[in-house]
Amino acid sequence: MSRRRKVGFWLVVLGVLHGIILCAGFLAPCDPVRQDRKSPYLPPMRVHFLDARGHPHVRPFVYPLQLRPGTFDQYVEDTSQPRPLKFFVPGDPYRLLGFFRGRVHLFGADNERIYLLGSDGFGRDQLSRLLFGGQISLLAGLLGAGFTLLVGLCVGSAAGYFGGWCDELLMRLAELFLALPWLYLLFAIRAFLPLSVNPLHAFFLIVAVIAAVGWARPARLVRGVVLSAKERDFVRAARGFGASNFYLLRRHILPETSSVVLTQAAILIPQYVLAEMALSFLGLGVPEPVPSWGNLLSNLQQYSVLVSYWWMYLPALGMVPFFLGYLGLASALQESPDPYKIERRSLGSLA
Amino acid sequence: MRNRPATSIRCRILLRLLLAFFTLSFPHAPVHAQQNGSNEELLELPGEIGRSGGHLVVSLRGEPKTLNPVIAADTRSREVIGVMQADLIHINRATQLTEPALAKSWKISPDGLTYTLVLRKGLKFSDGQSMDADDVVFSFRVYLDENTHAPQRDLLIVGGKPIVIRKTDAHTIVFQMSKPYGAGERLFDGMAILPRHLLEKPFQEGKLGQIGSLTAAANQWAGLGPFRLKEYVAGQRLVLERNPYYWKSDNKGNRLPYLDELVFLFVPNADAQVLKFQSGETDVISQLGAENFSVLSRQQSGYTLTDAGPGLEYNFLFFNLNDLGEKTSLDLQRKQKWFREVKFRQAVSLAADRDAIVRLVYQGRGTAIWGLVTPGNKRWGDAKLPHPPRSLDRARVLLKEAGFSWTSGPNGESTLQDSDGKLVEFSILTSSTNADRAKMAALLQDDFKQLGMRVQVVPLEFRSLLDRVTQTREYDACVMGVASYDADPNSDINVWLSSGGTHLWNPSQAHPATPWEAEIDRLIEDQMSARSFDRRKELYDRAQEILFEYQPMIFLASPDILAGAKNSIGNFHPAVLEPYVLWNVEQLYWKSGRENGAR
Repeated sequence: MSRRRKVGFWLVVLGVLHGIILCAGFLAPCDPVRQDRKSPYLPPMRVHFLDARGHPHVRPFVYPLQLRPGTFDQYVEDTSQPRPLKFFVPGDPYRLLGFFRGRVHLFGADNERIYLLGSDGFGRDQLSRLLFGGQISLLAGLLGAGFTLLVGLCVGSAAGYFGGWCDELLMRLAELFLALPWLYLLFAIRAFLPLSVNPLHAFFLIVAVIAAVGWARPARLVRGVVLSAKERDFVRAARGFGASNFYLLRRHILPETSSVVLTQAAILIPQYVLAEMALSFLGLGVPEPVPSWGNLLSNLQQYSVLVSYWWMYLPALGMVPFFLGYLGLASALQESPDPYKIERRSLGSLA
Repeated sequence: MRNRPATSIRCRILLRLLLAFFTLSFPHAPVHAQQNGSNEELLELPGEIGRSGGHLVVSLRGEPKTLNPVIAADTRSREVIGVMQADLIHINRATQLTEPALAKSWKISPDGLTYTLVLRKGLKFSDGQSMDADDVVFSFRVYLDENTHAPQRDLLIVGGKPIVIRKTDAHTIVFQMSKPYGAGERLFDGMAILPRHLLEKPFQEGKLGQIGSLTAAANQWAGLGPFRLKEYVAGQRLVLERNPYYWKSDNKGNRLPYLDELVFLFVPNADAQVLKFQSGETDVISQLGAENFSVLSRQQSGYTLTDAGPGLEYNFLFFNLNDLGEKTSLDLQRKQKWFREVKFRQAVSLAADRDAIVRLVYQGRGTAIWGLVTPGNKRWGDAKLPHPPRSLDRARVLLKEAGFSWTSGPNGESTLQDSDGKLVEFSILTSSTNADRAKMAALLQDDFKQLGMRVQVVPLEFRSLLDRVTQTREYDACVMGVASYDADPNSDINVWLSSGGTHLWNPSQAHPATPWEAEIDRLIEDQMSARSFDRRKELYDRAQEILFEYQPMIFLASPDILAGAKNSIGNFHPAVLEPYVLWNVEQLYWKSGRENGAR
């Protein structure tokens, strides 16, 4: 596969995955914070095509799970009442993309809940939480990475292009930020904040902190590229013709950094998604009951959950394709499109 | 989790009744003092006759700070000290009644002011030195000395004056109080008698606080408990050995304890303790959470798990009712207007789904509660206390009466607002290290959302939470739990009295802030000096009813005491009072010699 096709392939994969998360409200069978106190730790329901007597059905169905009397988390399938899976059914209200209100869900059953990935200790649907949690975690990753790259690009190009004391100052600052133990910094910042932070503020705070700490590495990379680009002949020529600094940066130098920046983006996004997960896992992220991937995984901190309810791992599996997608994209981008390109261009400029 | 059909519950109730009957008919009072050659009066204990030998490994939640009962304040130290020291009169953890310990008998004068205790003869400390009335007088002098800052001191000040201790002969001590003390001889439980021959010199030099460290040589420390210090390995374990001079025996006259060694392993968290127990590294486990209990019961092999029934821990929600004066932030002032409204608190209480807490947090191994006295307390519960079921309708009626109303929110949900049109939103603090309470708070959050309240749960590290609640007092509401150490009302005195430090909704008040708090203060102080149980019970019931009416604490649930032990351990009967499994450690024994592997 050529590089272009590889990049295209991974972009399509990521596009589909993000599309799924974007449409969480529609795809998820119910409200992610709604508790069902009668079914804590309900195992995933199996989708059947054959009923208990072996008759095939066209419409897939699930059997409702009944709590075995006297137990807390032991369920049996009630085969007397098959619950057919219906498509495009009305259910809990949601908002698509934050604007469009809707009630129609991709699948569900009449006034009954369906748990395809089981439920957590409060009887909340894991699948819905995974999808809605993705919105928070991925958005945190995307925003964080975007912000980081913006700062990195500005600082890096300023340092590389202007050089001198400006370079010294910015790069020493970058080194300082690289040396910061960012996890502890986050703890400290969180401790200074007022007690109850509403989920939206908490979210933006996390994004800001993650981004503010991470800009140093891309800044150094960009500086390196700018440093070599500004000595190119065509840049010198343009300057000779009287081009301004701003024009040079915009027209000739920053386009040279695009490959570095894109690769960095593909690496940073999953890294920041993980950072958000780590924070929520430690209880410093988006507060419960708002779902985020870290909040989903923090259930696994308890030994009893680890050994008793295997479906609590499923969200972790669900997250893997995202990381795979981003890292695949990063390696596809990094592959040099044409190893001799720079040499040829410099030769060309000589000729 | 195992199914618990009705028949087994009935069996258990029957069993408990039978047990109660036996304990009543064979009082724990000295059945007959056994005379040894050396004129020793041993205390004979009922129960299975065991076999001597072996060692028992238990896990401890961390390292104890000290072995010195005068300065020990942490639970880990107290747990270890509990098996190394003894008191004059002891509360039997199973019956919750007092029984003779170092004192073989006692008399209380008719006016309730004078207690005359007679010591057992031939008592010896674990280093072989004999013990007499001088040690008792010395111990109480130490506890009462202001410079030692002993935590026991407060208990020994009755009616504002310290108890006066006098010895009349080598085996008789007289305790003189200025005011009758309701709990009576329960006072002496936990007052370890100190070895005067080791501690008198440091006490006079004012260095008592430095004595009793874990690193001290084993012969520098002595007590009257069933075990004595053998070895301490920092960060790993504390090994205690059998005290050969212990003053109890079984029915056959064998000197207790049966075990040769008791090993405390330092295991920092609950999950690790479960793993150690599962792998057989430890022999008993206590303070099990319901979730781990069901994990263990699912893969049961070689051990038995016991649900000892509801304990004395009560979990509750409370609102910030402190009067901070000018320091109060505007935000808190606005919220306190709701919190101070009795009907608001009553509505919140009605909206709390206690059954869901018992089911989802404790997996059914707990009890919903509406008052401070849990069902685990056998004598002091108020039978008249109402147990209103969850009712959102009644809660809404109460809120409406208090001037609250509902509006429709942006997403069509109804939100509660106060008479000034402000949305009702507040945060609930929980300890981030306590998963049970965090879960409780999450359930309450959802409960209150159904009333239109916006609630946020804020997990905080326990120490900073305590600091918020008792020092800075900047918070809205908090979910907390307290475990009484004794079944007597006096163990919760600091919760009841408005001057108490754990009167959590408004601690350490100079004067009671409300008339009902003043009334509770009066009732509790009266019951403290009332002479008869019935009179005390009457006053205490009234106090419980007032607490219920005004709901400064919204009681939620009480977990069962869950414990487990290897099958081959005999006399294992977990109690609902601390120490849950080691209370009868002197009687624990290995049924077969197989497990007594050498360490």
